[in-house]
Amino acid sequence: MSSPDLNVRKVATLARLALSDEEVATFQDQLGRILEHIEHLKKLDVSDVEPTAHTYPVFSVTRDDVPGESLPREAFLGIAPRSANNLLIVPKVLE
Amino acid sequence: MDLTTLSAAELQAGFRAGQFTPVDAITALEKRIEAVEPQVQAFLSRDFEAAKKAAETADISLPLGGVPIGIKDVINVKGESCTAASKILTGYTSPYDATVITRLRAAGAIPFGRLNMDEFAMGSSTENSAYQVTRNPWDISRIPGGSSGGSAAAVAALEVPATLGSDTGGSIRQPAALCGCVGLKPSYGRVSRYGLIAFASSLDQIGPFARTTEDCALLLNAIAGRDPHDSTSLDLPTEDFTSQLGRDLKGVKLGIPKEYFVDGMDARVRSKVEEAIRQCEAAGAELVEISLPHTEYAVSVYYIIATAEASANLARLDGVRYGKRADQPKDLMDLYLRSREEGFGSEVKRRIILGTYVLSSGYYDAYYLRAQKVRTLIRRDFEAAYEKVDAIVCPTSPDLAFPIGERTSDPLRMYLADIFTIAANLAGICGISVPCGFVEEGGKQLPVGLQFLGKSLDESRLLGVADAYERLSGWNKQVAPLK
Repeated sequence: MSSPDLNVRKVATLARLALSDEEVATFQDQLGRILEHIEHLKKLDVSDVEPTAHTYPVFSVTRDDVPGESLPREAFLGIAPRSANNLLIVPKVLE
Repeated sequence: MDLTTLSAAELQAGFRAGQFTPVDAITALEKRIEAVEPQVQAFLSRDFEAAKKAAETADISLPLGGVPIGIKDVINVKGESCTAASKILTGYTSPYDATVITRLRAAGAIPFGRLNMDEFAMGSSTENSAYQVTRNPWDISRIPGGSSGGSAAAVAALEVPATLGSDTGGSIRQPAALCGCVGLKPSYGRVSRYGLIAFASSLDQIGPFARTTEDCALLLNAIAGRDPHDSTSLDLPTEDFTSQLGRDLKGVKLGIPKEYFVDGMDARVRSKVEEAIRQCEAAGAELVEISLPHTEYAVSVYYIIATAEASANLARLDGVRYGKRADQPKDLMDLYLRSREEGFGSEVKRRIILGTYVLSSGYYDAYYLRAQKVRTLIRRDFEAAYEKVDAIVCPTSPDLAFPIGERTSDPLRMYLADIFTIAANLAGICGISVPCGFVEEGGKQLPVGLQFLGKSLDESRLLGVADAYERLSGWNKQVAPLK
């Protein structure tokens, strides 16, 4: 069973994830069955129900406007796969 | 005296009485770990020398002074690796302490070792670790549960008195049940998530594993509380979570949800849980039949919300700022695509795709928004139940620990095994699993867990009820037969 709407390759690209042909086939099948299972949610009438994003709603939480200590730049550059001149290095973005 | 059998509270008492020292405790654990770890494989790494050094200067007057606490590999400890059991974080070293680690240190505890788990906490068996398969100390041909399988197995194997794990849909309570130890998921907002590698931010909570409910209460005392670095951590009055320990069950109203005793669960598990409930009743608890009518939808709601949040949270793992980067990318897109392809395992990829799909244009209302609305119905089920009862009692897992490899090819079947734990995360309430007996299978004794669910922020009472049952039954005193 595979969901006609689910295009695994397209969604994977949106998620910036390369997949092998074999993975695409496996996921198409497995996710198709999972999507089929969750169809039963459509049986419920939720038209008058508010969504829950967080179980304990807290809003507009602010901290005191006091500067604190931050980690030194080296701490972050030190864990990056590539860095130079205090910057992260990535492949050329602009031609 | 064998120090490895002692609880955190007993170790502390012994330190203060001068019977033995924190260094003695680490030395005893080292011997034990060297003897049993080749069979259990709970730790991804550990550093005895650093632990002994910390033990030498430990302040034993503090609440957890000198007590070693194992840490799930998803919580940052400064200077240590933190891989979330994923290849994409191979070589990553934490530049800071998670708030729970800062607090454990302030309470005198010694964070010790990195414990195996399902990759990014996605799984129910710890088989999704990119590094090793952790085994159940009661039968090493079986899984320890997951995702915090290493945290549960290390406690059950007497490798460490207590550990921290994280629970997004049952990842503390289910492995605690399958390994025969105690595991607590605090209410959402009780414990800071700062420094926990995020899986599903509206569901994740850090919590303790131990061999007694008392130890879980002591650890919660140390780690709970408002943290300016996590805006979802709640600003509540300080509470002593041991305050309701030592009581009995007289007059306690326990709700039995009929939806949690279903066909399809292991009949032997059901019978042990029913026996435990009768024992509570005989000790004076009042049993009340309740209904949580939307239970059947919980797994579906969870796998929409959790994967949606995960797909967003894991976007940060892109091969640029930390972790693994693919070799010789031809451009930035290629760098993202291949770093993530090479770094993530199958279950993580599967969930990223599902999560991206349910959030994508045209499907958001049908899946994500609808799931959030059904989440409200599930939350209301619990609110209605707690008007009638003090706590809910039910099984933790419908199954015993299953053989390694049995379910890896069928994700839906693996997901459905979380049916009794997931709703607590969706509702934001607290829950605890305690051992309630053993079932013999293939000549091995396999533990069964009893789950108590308390209303949001009612941990003190929940721990009191669990402690009362634990002292009645004594099942937590059984020790896994490892050589």
